[in-house]
Amino acid sequence: MIERMTETTLPASLAEIRDEFLELPESERLQLLLEFSNELPAVPSRYDGHQELFEQVLECQSPVFIAIEVDDDDRVAMFATAPREAPTTRGFASILVQGLSGLTVDEALAVPDDFPESIGLRRAVSPLRLSGMTGMLARAKRQIRAKRHSS
Amino acid sequence: MTVEFDTSSPKFAEYAEPGRLVTGEWLEARLGQPGLVVVESDEDVLLYETGHIPGAVKVDWHTELNDPVVRDYVDGKGFAELLSSKGISRDDTVVIYGDKNNWWAAYALWVFSLFGHEDVRLLDGGRDKWIAEGRPITTEPTVRERTEYPVVERDDSLLRAYKDDVLAHLGNPLIDVRSPEEYNGSRTSAPAYPEEGALRAGHIPTAKSVPWARAVAEDGGFKPRAELDAIYRDEAGLSDGEPIIAYCRIGERSSHTWFVLKHLLGFENVRNYDGSWTEWGSAVRVPIVTGDDPGEVPGRS
Repeated sequence: MIERMTETTLPASLAEIRDEFLELPESERLQLLLEFSNELPAVPSRYDGHQELFEQVLECQSPVFIAIEVDDDDRVAMFATAPREAPTTRGFASILVQGLSGLTVDEALAVPDDFPESIGLRRAVSPLRLSGMTGMLARAKRQIRAKRHSS
Repeated sequence: MTVEFDTSSPKFAEYAEPGRLVTGEWLEARLGQPGLVVVESDEDVLLYETGHIPGAVKVDWHTELNDPVVRDYVDGKGFAELLSSKGISRDDTVVIYGDKNNWWAAYALWVFSLFGHEDVRLLDGGRDKWIAEGRPITTEPTVRERTEYPVVERDDSLLRAYKDDVLAHLGNPLIDVRSPEEYNGSRTSAPAYPEEGALRAGHIPTAKSVPWARAVAEDGGFKPRAELDAIYRDEAGLSDGEPIIAYCRIGERSSHTWFVLKHLLGFENVRNYDGSWTEWGSAVRVPIVTGDDPGEVPGRS
């Protein structure tokens, strides 16, 4: 039997990140978010001087920019930049960069739009701040949809 | 026990209440002194964790000062619990600092003032200036012994304005501290901030536009008294004895201006309308003016 991807299937990469957060007591989740923030992968040098390749996430209160690549096999790569003085936003970006990169287009598009609500940060970070991550995910998925090769 | 005022700065000496500000030099020399508690309050909830002034505790505006359910601040019991858990006593000198030129620090100071915490000051220039001056920052967690902060009920009557207060106030001085684009109605939130939370754009009739950042000097601290007087008295036309209300989008940038008007320029009756544009711009049938002119008080029938 072929297992079909539904609209609400969370890929293993993001499920793992979610579980990492949920396993911690609420008071320690911010520290984990900080670790993600510190681990935001550097953007490849081919993006140097090419700010036009980035899309600003206007839902975030700090200047955060994302770029999406979809290769010939319809695999997704996501990159992001965010200032060190905005560690929360950097943490959000890092979660999505690590969670979405390497997925197929179908897997990435199946990530629930409310994924940010599921990682147990509502109270620690506040819903207003979390909405920045929701905006980031929506913009990433929009770009993935636009850049996919197969239809 | 409280700590003496910072009398080292000629700039502070010109202000109505010089004791409301401290310099980085003054603070660094007193870190760890009994009776002094340093509080960091930022827009970014994680910034404190990346490094803070040694011994400082964090107070988050959103997760700690706001009530989690009602759009309001914590009550007397909640505030007492919060400050007890941070190791702050009722008679401690509290020095607050934060990111974004002390927006949230000023907001926290205003909330502390609603509860009548008497000695609460700002670090001039906030977090950025402290770091720019090469002063110490640590990721070492701060451990302070729990205190028994008394339960004091919040008094909103003097420093806080509700929407109905603003309606009744029309005709008296109002200061809109948002960006010009928010004031004239081309946006509902600051440039580079998400468009959120208000259904209509524009400003409250007769409000003068004085963006908050005009009170900030190049070094990130507050401008000297004479420059502030030129902006708020000469240009915006504020005069002593009049009741003044300041507002922005959610009340944080206007806390910054409230601090300037109340403590640096000495206006007696200044209130912060924390409902601000996210409330006014979504309320039914309140008057709104668009464009760059303040507009008129609407006729009352």
